[in-house]
Amino acid sequence: MDTCIKKIRALAADLLDKGEVERVIGFAKGTIPMATSPIAIGSKQEIEKLVFNSTCGLNLANFATKQKGKIAIIAKGCDSRNIVTHIVENQIKRDQIYIIGVPCNGMVDKFKIAALFKDEITQFEEAGDTLTVSSVSQTQTLSKQDVLRENCRLCTHRNPVLYDVLAAELVEEQVLENPFPDVDRIEALDSDAKWEHFENLTKNCIRCYACKNACPLCYCPTCFVDEAGPQWVGKGQNKTDVDTFHFLRAFHCAGRCTDCGACVEACPMGINVRDFTRKLNKDALELFGWEAGLDLTKRPPLDAYSPQDPNDFIK
Amino acid sequence: MKFITIDKKDWAKGIDKSRRTYQLFGPVKDENGCKIKELDTGLVPDMDYHESVMSAKSVLFPQSETLLTASLNESVEDHHIMKRAENAYTPRAVLGIRPYDAKAILLVKMNFDTKDYRDPYWCDAYEATTLVGLGITRPGPFDFSTSVGCGPFCEDGLDILMADLDDHYLAKVLTPKGEAYAVACGFDAAADDKESQALFDILRKEAEKNIASSVETDKLKEKVLLDLHEAPFWDEVAFSCINCGTCTYVCPTCWCFDIQDETKQKESSRFRNWDTCMSPLFTRHATGHNPRGVKVQRVRQRFMHKLKYFLDKYDQGIMCVGCGRCVKSCPVNIDIREVCQTMNTYEKKD
Amino acid sequence: MENPYMPYPVRIDDIQIATEDKSLKTFKFIFLNEGDEEKFAYHAGQFAELSIPGVGEIPIGIASSPVEKGFVKFTVFRTGVVTSHLHNMKVGDIMGIRGPLGNWYPWDKLENKNVVIIGGGFAFTTLRSSIVYMLDPANRSKFKNIDVVYGARSPGMLLYREELFEWEKRDDINMHITVDGTDDPDWKYHTGFVPQVVEQNAPKADEDTYAIICGPPIMIKFTQPSLTQLGYKPDQIIMSLENRMKCGIGMCGRCNIGKELVCKDGPVFTLDEINQTPKEY
Repeated sequence: MDTCIKKIRALAADLLDKGEVERVIGFAKGTIPMATSPIAIGSKQEIEKLVFNSTCGLNLANFATKQKGKIAIIAKGCDSRNIVTHIVENQIKRDQIYIIGVPCNGMVDKFKIAALFKDEITQFEEAGDTLTVSSVSQTQTLSKQDVLRENCRLCTHRNPVLYDVLAAELVEEQVLENPFPDVDRIEALDSDAKWEHFENLTKNCIRCYACKNACPLCYCPTCFVDEAGPQWVGKGQNKTDVDTFHFLRAFHCAGRCTDCGACVEACPMGINVRDFTRKLNKDALELFGWEAGLDLTKRPPLDAYSPQDPNDFIK
Repeated sequence: MKFITIDKKDWAKGIDKSRRTYQLFGPVKDENGCKIKELDTGLVPDMDYHESVMSAKSVLFPQSETLLTASLNESVEDHHIMKRAENAYTPRAVLGIRPYDAKAILLVKMNFDTKDYRDPYWCDAYEATTLVGLGITRPGPFDFSTSVGCGPFCEDGLDILMADLDDHYLAKVLTPKGEAYAVACGFDAAADDKESQALFDILRKEAEKNIASSVETDKLKEKVLLDLHEAPFWDEVAFSCINCGTCTYVCPTCWCFDIQDETKQKESSRFRNWDTCMSPLFTRHATGHNPRGVKVQRVRQRFMHKLKYFLDKYDQGIMCVGCGRCVKSCPVNIDIREVCQTMNTYEKKD
Repeated sequence: MENPYMPYPVRIDDIQIATEDKSLKTFKFIFLNEGDEEKFAYHAGQFAELSIPGVGEIPIGIASSPVEKGFVKFTVFRTGVVTSHLHNMKVGDIMGIRGPLGNWYPWDKLENKNVVIIGGGFAFTTLRSSIVYMLDPANRSKFKNIDVVYGARSPGMLLYREELFEWEKRDDINMHITVDGTDDPDWKYHTGFVPQVVEQNAPKADEDTYAIICGPPIMIKFTQPSLTQLGYKPDQIIMSLENRMKCGIGMCGRCNIGKELVCKDGPVFTLDEINQTPKEY
């Protein structure tokens, strides 16, 4: 992937220099291998802090709202779709945000890479598709394709759908015959196996809410898990409460989720919370012909009513 | 002080024997990383582990713990009168705990066992727990324990410290609790005191040489609290924070909790859950007034508490043992080492 | 040591509506177990956690005074889950009280001094406890002059009205009762905000005078300059802070501000101590 960082920095510097935006929101180099940190820079002098590579797995649309003045933002395909959703849902105004679109061919799965080593990773370097990863005891050369994040493997929107300028040439989009093989696999399980799958999925959840807070869709001033009068969900480690949080959050994101993978990226336990949201994404596509964040003029299906809405569930 | 040699071939059998009188906890690997868990019968702790994602604090301080119960059934004689919940504090042992986690327990003890109040739940669990530590011969890249008063072979808070010597463990028994545990396992192959101590010293020096990370905390005490609080760098530190609870939950020295009541039909229980100062609701008054309603205030609170308030209040160093878990797990890579450096070198501009 | 999370069982003995808008009620509790009242021995200025099984706990200042035996009284404002539940309870209901918690007004430092008490709204609870304590025949001679400035929005919003008017008649205490405004033609006392009444009526500071101030943040914000004008130094101004609390015993960390735990190192602080603490309250 052309990390196009030179172009990103040049564009950002130009915007700040001309005073066209107050701040540029992008990624900064991390202090540990395979990490990057969202950053907002306000002056041309800070431009060298911006980076862009295959470990920029968070969704910057999460940081785009409630900013003072006009901002510029680095947006991958999925990020740009979330910006569209923000605009449709009145969280930002189109003229408040200058989108530097970055065509992307995927982010790496840090947990997958870590599992290939028996001790902590100390170095990570990438050159095109080749990754050189070292721990204290060994070094391995990996192909990026082999360690892509699951959502990136199945991505059909690598190019930004909304942008003011592109930092690189558009890339070829994947065409998938079946975009939801993971959902099909779970759907094919029998009832008991399905239950076990989800019980297993959440057994290590510590209710840190990193998934919810990294998600650009979760912007409610008071989340349902924090309501006290009445209280909807317990805050402890009771299995039912933990599961309720995940299921209910997935439903609140139904028809709006762009599968950006920030939730899984943020989870300290490496839980694949996408197993909850993917099924609802599939339903949105099959029942409403809908993919989130592609159209500035339409509201998500659960927001709007049409007499043509499928209702064969009414028996 | 006594030294014992434990052949690794005897380890599993020995700890199995201790199950007669001890509940066992230890590092267990699963698909989401390594954790300190209760060891069901037959499950052996993974003594080759490097770091566990979560610390051992949950053994003494479970994430959800029932404190009191009461019956709401008015036909029962003592309805609405709360009783202590029936929790078991049978003897337990945590096997393979890292020295920084044991030191952290001593720091947390300062909170739960004070001259005015004693938290019976935490303290009873503490008294029932034996900590069998495993020295870290190969410290990980995020381990900065030596610069914060701890280290890969630090003995503070441990009942036994073990060193991994390939085909056997060399165990240093530090307390009567440790002694009792060794007896319960049947580990009694005594090793020479002088030689063993010398070996431990060498191992400790080697391990400390391998520590790759450090922080400087020497100037924190002299900084004026309010100057650090009003410093301009907090906005930059806080920008990327998503206010989840990851850093506080993986941290072995974080102890904040929430108390809640729940009812099920006619039974009520009061329990506590881990809580995080990063949560927007943490300081929200019932009237709606929230002294730390803005994100930067909360981010600042966490670092000020760990690196300044605790230091000033108790003069026992900072509230951090250098395990590096928060550095590794923070979704947005906010690094406490960097913040510490920024605070330590901060000079107020007039 | 006993389990500090365990409340003493109590029974609601009396409920009085404390203000005309019914948002505050004064509850009188009697300890169920013999000996608990002695264990609960408290000082004026402390608070306790009122504990309702199945609902939760709330930290409330103790309104009754240590010299009043046989019961404890709390005046509670209805604002959330637990307070609403409490307001709907009846005489005879059983619940719990945990405490006494926190520190108290520095009675030893106040001996042989003039004391100026300033309160606003429904923050007057621990101040009532203090006044009853000081006026008790066994204690009155320990203090010199006592001045009180207490204000509320309207006459019907003043707490402990009957007691206030009784004290006003006494000559061993100077009462300055005020309301923000009223259309009652028979209103005998002041009209005006607390800060102004303080400026006009409170005694000037000297090294033998202390001020205790308790009220909503906005009242405190505007009263402080009045006291400073009268010459009070920060270590002569004693305040009681509020904060979100849960355990009340300094362990859950919620009320932590700077080095202080409001539930344990406070809630009573001098202005001097507060000035050295971040303004997160």
